[in-house]
Amino acid sequence: MNERENILARVREALKTLAPPPGSRGGIPAHPLPPPPVADARQWLPAVGNTPNDWAVLFGKNAADLKANFELLNSADEMRRALLRLRDAEGWKRAACHSGRLTGALCPMLDIPLLRTDQPYDIHALEACNVGISECDALIAQTGSVLVTCRSAGGRALSVLPPHHVVLAQRDQLVPDLPAAFALVKKKYAPDYPSMISFITGPSRTGDIERVLVLGAHGPRQLTILCI
Amino acid sequence: MSAFASQFKRQARILTRDLRHRQLIRTALRNYEIARDQRMAAFQDWQMARQAAAEMKWEAVNHLDQHLAEFADKLAARGTKIHWASTGAQARDLIVGIVREKQARSIVKSKAMTAEEIHLNDALEQAGFNVVESDLGEFIVQLRREPPYHIVFPAMHLTRGEISELFLRKLGSAPTDSPEELTMIARRVLREKYIAADVGITGANFAIAETGMVSITENEGNARLTAALPKTMITLLGIEKILPRLKDLALFLPMLATAGAGQPLSGYNTLYGGPRQPGEPDGPEEFHVVLLDNHRTQLLADAEQRDALHCIRCGACLNVCPIFRNIGGQAYGTTYSGPIGSVITPHLRGLQDWKHLSFASSLCGACTDACPVKIELHHHLLQSRRNASEQKPSLFERFAHRAFAAIANRPVGWSLGKKLVRLAQPLQRPLKGTGLDPARAWTKTRDLPPIARETFKDWWKKRQ
Repeated sequence: MNERENILARVREALKTLAPPPGSRGGIPAHPLPPPPVADARQWLPAVGNTPNDWAVLFGKNAADLKANFELLNSADEMRRALLRLRDAEGWKRAACHSGRLTGALCPMLDIPLLRTDQPYDIHALEACNVGISECDALIAQTGSVLVTCRSAGGRALSVLPPHHVVLAQRDQLVPDLPAAFALVKKKYAPDYPSMISFITGPSRTGDIERVLVLGAHGPRQLTILCI
Repeated sequence: MSAFASQFKRQARILTRDLRHRQLIRTALRNYEIARDQRMAAFQDWQMARQAAAEMKWEAVNHLDQHLAEFADKLAARGTKIHWASTGAQARDLIVGIVREKQARSIVKSKAMTAEEIHLNDALEQAGFNVVESDLGEFIVQLRREPPYHIVFPAMHLTRGEISELFLRKLGSAPTDSPEELTMIARRVLREKYIAADVGITGANFAIAETGMVSITENEGNARLTAALPKTMITLLGIEKILPRLKDLALFLPMLATAGAGQPLSGYNTLYGGPRQPGEPDGPEEFHVVLLDNHRTQLLADAEQRDALHCIRCGACLNVCPIFRNIGGQAYGTTYSGPIGSVITPHLRGLQDWKHLSFASSLCGACTDACPVKIELHHHLLQSRRNASEQKPSLFERFAHRAFAAIANRPVGWSLGKKLVRLAQPLQRPLKGTGLDPARAWTKTRDLPPIARETFKDWWKKRQ
């Protein structure tokens, strides 16, 4: 507690002199303080279009740029078939998932052993799964990101430990941009936020060796987003 | 000259002549600028976004006391243990203390420049603990027992061949020239470390006061794993990382990715607001946040250069700096290299010892233009030069300037001086750059063009 007071006292002492406002090239300090900055970043961020249809198209384009696999489907049955197709193509032996409206209905139909991560589970068992299947809080058109929290997507590890992360989403979860996504987080959870909130943008990637893009550095090599 | 200055000069001299090294940097950064420009162009207004980001950081840093207290209290309210460290030594002792109490057998760490700053790994190793860097670039430089070369691309100075040779020697893996295979070798080695680790250490990119959360930006998923698997998580961050509101991230996350690596958004941007909460299935049982001052309040007290604390460590100023691009990251001998390093290191480690970095600049201003939060980098380099010479004036320079003023202020002295200089220049030429040349430091690497045979004034007079 003592060190806290020491640091805060030094901070207060230092702040007795006002700093020149940004962009003034060391000009005269502003008195009184400038008004708080305009809070809505939307006007400067990349444009996203106006209709949910624009957003879906943009999300698809961004997902493709990120080397994620995005499929816009029409029914839960199509989603089931897409999952079965993936299971057969990749030879899934074991899957991890959590309980949810879509995951709960569709994962058992995969007909392979399922590990549930929304209850205490063994980390080695999760490591042995071919795929982690989760739901999400939102899809963000502007960046092609999937928003997950440890509450909505089966904990902290499910979406990052298995080599393939499959997201089951619904059209009404598509939001236009990052400001909308942060507003959604606040509206849905405040003040009792989940302890982890993550924006997943494409499969795990690195460019640390000669700046060559490699997928699957630590997290999933593949990210599939199925949306109905 | 300080020992650091002569070391820097020696390194810079060797490295500017190393064409292979310069080619490596150029290759590594070639695509960066193209991608960054594309991402900037996608913004509706990048310049306004910079101004807004600078204003948000201004507000955060100039009310740091309130925001810091709010951040710490909100985070503590949900079960996080907050520690305050005035110095690097205190932070090291705190973290070694936590690790010791947990009787950790193995520790995984994701990238944290603050940990480099306080030499955390050395302290943990000396205390008998085994720490593994999990970011691929950091893992590579850790195997070489080197500090990171660049704050965002730690291993950008190494070729795939060198990395393959390193993995062969240290990990016993088969040689390969495929970056993908090399990455997979590291993935396999590190996956085992993750499963076994009992403590995870991370840095942070932002600290949100409003909600009491730390925000971590990464591409690989290694920080996600560090925060998911070990029973204890420790996050070390500088006190300047504060942002007031959660929604501020809607601007800062894409700007960091754009300026840092030319990406629309980094692979994983994750907020952590506590240890595992009731009803949550996994995550650490304990979450410790260590807030580090380590001379940041000293920089804060310099109102003129306070905006250097706005830095979001994107590395954009390094990537565009003609000095960095010629000498690379390790010549600086500092944790933070490039223009931002040259600005903050004198504050963090002493002006007189590090003032030479203020002179390692062409003052071209590329850094200031590249900075997403509009830090006046090259102006600060000039201010540091001024501060250094005010604090410790050079008697020779002072004498030289006085003598010049005395001559130049008198018409007779000025016209006589001009004539003498014109006569003296040919005599100086054979001495140029040798030990006998009084202006050696300047003339060694520069040419003075021959002074015109006739002054403008004389020429004008003749025309009348």
